[in-house]
Amino acid sequence: MLIARVVGELTATQKHPSHEGRKLLLVQPLNLDGSNRGDAVVALDAVDAGVGDRVLLATEGFSAMTAVGRPNSPIDMAVIGFIDRIDIVPEAL
Amino acid sequence: MYFGRVVGCVWCTTKNPALLGQRLLVVQPLTPQLEATGKRLVCTDSTGAGAGELVYWVRGKEASFPFLPAEPPTDTCIVGIVDSVHAQALAEARQPTLPDPASVPAGAHRKNARKPPSC
Repeated sequence: MLIARVVGELTATQKHPSHEGRKLLLVQPLNLDGSNRGDAVVALDAVDAGVGDRVLLATEGFSAMTAVGRPNSPIDMAVIGFIDRIDIVPEAL
Repeated sequence: MYFGRVVGCVWCTTKNPALLGQRLLVVQPLTPQLEATGKRLVCTDSTGAGAGELVYWVRGKEASFPFLPAEPPTDTCIVGIVDSVHAQALAEARQPTLPDPASVPAGAHRKNARKPPSC
């Protein structure tokens, strides 16, 4: 799982039927210091997150499908939680 | 899933039999601001996307799931055609949505916080 920030939303009419009824979010993975970690990705929303929220991102198929509730569907990323707070020992940064 | 644009098409006459009839498209990954990022790659297609269209694709084992019960040997598959993108500038999106914990007095979030006993 990764820490990430929601930076946008996509709309798609023509898509796999298993993606219907869920928001498509553009999500930017973050490092612990808040800097960007690689490029933004597209994730299905399992918690009703919105732009600007700091979230927990599942980046593996089985966990993402389970969170979204659509087994055996082409989903490999899902937003599975909001992050309220992160506590880290300063040496870890 | 990843976001990108279809920039081309690949034709293979000799290929794995399970890939017969599959469209193979060249995709350029994009940032939310529609700038090219990273290397182009080849994806199978489950949506009917065409050249120039914005798409998103899935990577890994899940890429073969749109074709169930067939299991073509693919590791990237386009699963949606993007109609529109609403992307916030990253600096703006970074504005914290929650108050800084340090600026909020302890217990302030509790509406009915009990006062400490006076005796």
